[in-house]
Amino acid sequence: MELTTIWFLAIAVLFTGYFILEGFDFGVGVLLPVLGRSNRERRAMINTIGPIWDGNEVWVITAGAAMFAAFPHWYASLFSGFYLLLFAILIGLIIRGVAFEYRGKGTTDKWRQGWDLCIFTGSVLAAFFWGVVVANIVRGVPLDANFDYTGSVWQLLNGYALLGGLTTLLLFTTHGAYFLHLKTAGEISERARALGLRLAVATAVPAAAFLIWTQAAYGSGLSLVLIVLCVLSLVAAFLLDYSGRGGLAFASTCATVAFAASGLFAALWPDVLPSTSDPANGLTAVNAAATDKTLGIMTWAAAIFLPIVLLYQGWTYWVFRKRVTVEQIPT
Amino acid sequence: MDVLDLARMQFGVTTVYHFLFVPVTIGLSMLVAILQTMWRATGKTAYLRATKFWGKLFLINIAMGVVTGIVQEFQFGMNWSSYSRFVGDIFGAPLAFEALLAFFLESTFIGIWIFGWDKLKPALHLACIWLVAIGTVASAYFILAANAFMQNPVGYQINETAGRAELTDFGAVLTNPVVLSAFPHTIFASWLTAGVVMIAVSGYHFQQRRDLDVHRPALRLGVLTTLVGGLGTTLSGDALGKVMTSTQPMKMAAAEALYQTTYNAPFSVLTIGSLDGRHGTPIIEIPGLLSYLGTGSFNGEVQGINDLNAQYQTLYGAGDYVPYIPLTYWSFRLMIGFGLLAIAMAVIVWWFTRKGGNPTHRLFWPIAMWMVLTPFLANSAGWIFTEMGRQPWVVFSLLETEVGVSPSVGVRTVAMSLIGFTLVYLMLAVIALKLFLKYAKAGPPSEEDALAGASGPGTDPEKPMAFAY
Ligand code: HDD
Ligand code: HEM
Ligand code: HEM
Repeated sequence: MELTTIWFLAIAVLFTGYFILEGFDFGVGVLLPVLGRSNRERRAMINTIGPIWDGNEVWVITAGAAMFAAFPHWYASLFSGFYLLLFAILIGLIIRGVAFEYRGKGTTDKWRQGWDLCIFTGSVLAAFFWGVVVANIVRGVPLDANFDYTGSVWQLLNGYALLGGLTTLLLFTTHGAYFLHLKTAGEISERARALGLRLAVATAVPAAAFLIWTQAAYGSGLSLVLIVLCVLSLVAAFLLDYSGRGGLAFASTCATVAFAASGLFAALWPDVLPSTSDPANGLTAVNAAATDKTLGIMTWAAAIFLPIVLLYQGWTYWVFRKRVTVEQIPT
Repeated sequence: MDVLDLARMQFGVTTVYHFLFVPVTIGLSMLVAILQTMWRATGKTAYLRATKFWGKLFLINIAMGVVTGIVQEFQFGMNWSSYSRFVGDIFGAPLAFEALLAFFLESTFIGIWIFGWDKLKPALHLACIWLVAIGTVASAYFILAANAFMQNPVGYQINETAGRAELTDFGAVLTNPVVLSAFPHTIFASWLTAGVVMIAVSGYHFQQRRDLDVHRPALRLGVLTTLVGGLGTTLSGDALGKVMTSTQPMKMAAAEALYQTTYNAPFSVLTIGSLDGRHGTPIIEIPGLLSYLGTGSFNGEVQGINDLNAQYQTLYGAGDYVPYIPLTYWSFRLMIGFGLLAIAMAVIVWWFTRKGGNPTHRLFWPIAMWMVLTPFLANSAGWIFTEMGRQPWVVFSLLETEVGVSPSVGVRTVAMSLIGFTLVYLMLAVIALKLFLKYAKAGPPSEEDALAGASGPGTDPEKPMAFAY
């Protein structure tokens, strides 16, 4: 296989991993004011992701850095072109990340309400705008001969991209609900289950519209397969949760996110950022790439270290496999 | 102001800010690991209480380091897209290595450490904090290797058709002489920083005369760390100066505002008069010191700004290759000066607290506490010197800063994000500082609280979680 193909796959894997893992973190953040009715309940919810959210976030840092190293032009065009979208995501990630750490370190209600708001807002911003970003990558943007973006920020807020944002927001929220059902016990868990069922239905509508649009306008044979699997796994998640199989239901929403993300990358291939102004100015996995020398070094590093990372991150989930209950939270 | 000015300002603001937290993280992760190791080795609860106390302060700090780091990662593409296209083939790899080898390690094991007190066997739990400490040092190495390429490009060739620098030797990039000196210099400076923080916080409790069984060992550890860090910073700084003189002679000349090439060049401690003019009036001068710093011999030749500028014009074409002299001159001095002040403070504190002493003069501890500012000022000054002294280049001798900026980004966009980040950062600074002070003043947990859950996996699943958010 060409090194450029391997690295296209690697970037796809890193972003997909990121959306699966931080997807449910975002969902928990969005649901915080909805499902957490008391301070103790909200604390229990936050503690389900407490030990892992930071490790999950490193997936996007790695994805960004790997994109910089493997496809410098993709990184440069995307980050400078989608400037304000990324700015919104960054602000979201900042206030959210600090909030997790600082929320429990104050004592007044006002303090905690402020941080709860940060967690909620930050999660919504990131969950929504990542969808807008990915949709715009698939759709393509106007680029000049130097691969620099020539449009305005408003062009990035087109119908297709906004639908993509709505899809990721709802999908991650559903994913978060199933996670909470699995990771908490008692009343919150029950509420998460009930809400998760309704959310799955609510997600299905924009997701179906978005994915059909994607397939019709940009799709390939492979993307069709992945999109069908995505829809099936969402249905499976609903049915499994309905019959009380929380663990399998969560595994299914993981699959939904994974198939959705990989379906989008499949629709994108072999481009990495198509140009809507002049197709000749578009970025592909070949013309955006670094040299084979760099790609070769990166391949070795990824082949050795990514499995190690997976091992110890997997171990974390094992260590914290127990459900979090409200009773464990000190009053 | 144009996009270039705003982008530079944004880089300066966000990076200096990130680097307020980074040295504390690097230093404190190690100190917390040492305290926890001392607890395991001796079984004394005082060390466990110190571990938990300093662990909390460490976490307040690292949260800020983490969230400001992500901005750094994205910023190259956002504001410096032409730069990213030019160096991506070389510069991206160390960043990816940093994420893969260091950030994953750090962020995963910090999570386990915070929440794992009652879930892991004590030895395993201790290993987690050491892995975090190792991760912070590894991350510094890779990012400094990336930065070193900008100071002294190595291991590359220029591809004229592609218009970019391409990697030829990754080993050379990772063993750039600049990173080999800058890495120990930065790590030692981080130890010095964390050591001074430890002295200042322990000093507060010495003044209150509370929990001295916990704070006296911490104070001693802080003093020791500051002195080791200070000595190492000085020695490695000397080595770094020599590397810099050979790789970027203009920066060394700018550090001293030395316009004419001179043998036996002096180092002026204080100067009045015009710095940008061709003559200053040094008040205190140490003969030969600059020559020594730059070359290792008191009679060594130090090239002057005017000669270098003429030399660069023949090499790189017409232009002005002189950085902004007042800034380089003062930032270099302030780095060294504040660092020396911190070391002096540590020596004095050690002298007056040795053999169980606790000075009673009412100004002693307040002064020691305020000295906590010095390493932060020294760090910031050092980076401002390093980065501004490289101007007008963003990658020395290859790419000028004004060429590196994103062509597709407008003034309003950068202005908006600059204002946005600055406001959020200011608010967070106030909050983080308040929290840090609150927990620093509150002191260590009681023996009972410290022991809760600390002995590993328990049997009662309903008991409150250790260290829960
Ligand atoms: C507590 C902090 C601290 C202290 C006491 C010192 N430094 Fe420093 N210095 C730094 C913190 C620092 C830094 C912030 O960490 C820098 C910025 C870039 C780097 O690698 O380290 C730095 C950079 C830096 C550079 C620039 C390297 C370059 O541009 O390539 C030189 C030449 C020195 N230092 C030399 C010294 C000398 C001779 C010192 C004392 C006698 C000294 N430093 C004390
Ligand atoms: C080690 C990783 C670092 C890298 C890769 C890096 C890279 C850069 C880049 C690309 C710029 C913008 C172009 C320019 O103005 O030269 C810059 C400028 C700057 N950096 Fe760094 N930097 C690093 C570390 C730091 C740190 C830790 C600080 C401060 C604590 C710092 C302070 C500054 C400042 C103040 C500027 C603005 C200079 C100006 O006005 O042009 N840098 N750096
Ligand atoms: C300008 C270039 C820089 C970039 C792109 C950058 C990137 C980042 C990122 C993405 C994180 C968050 C990691 C996480 O989520 O766990 C981070 C944290 C960190 N960075 Fe930076 N950084 C820069 C400058 C520096 C420098 C100059 C150093 C040290 C010499 C440094 C050392 C660290 C350390 C030790 C951490 C982890 C602890 C903490 O967050 O405080 N960084 N950085």
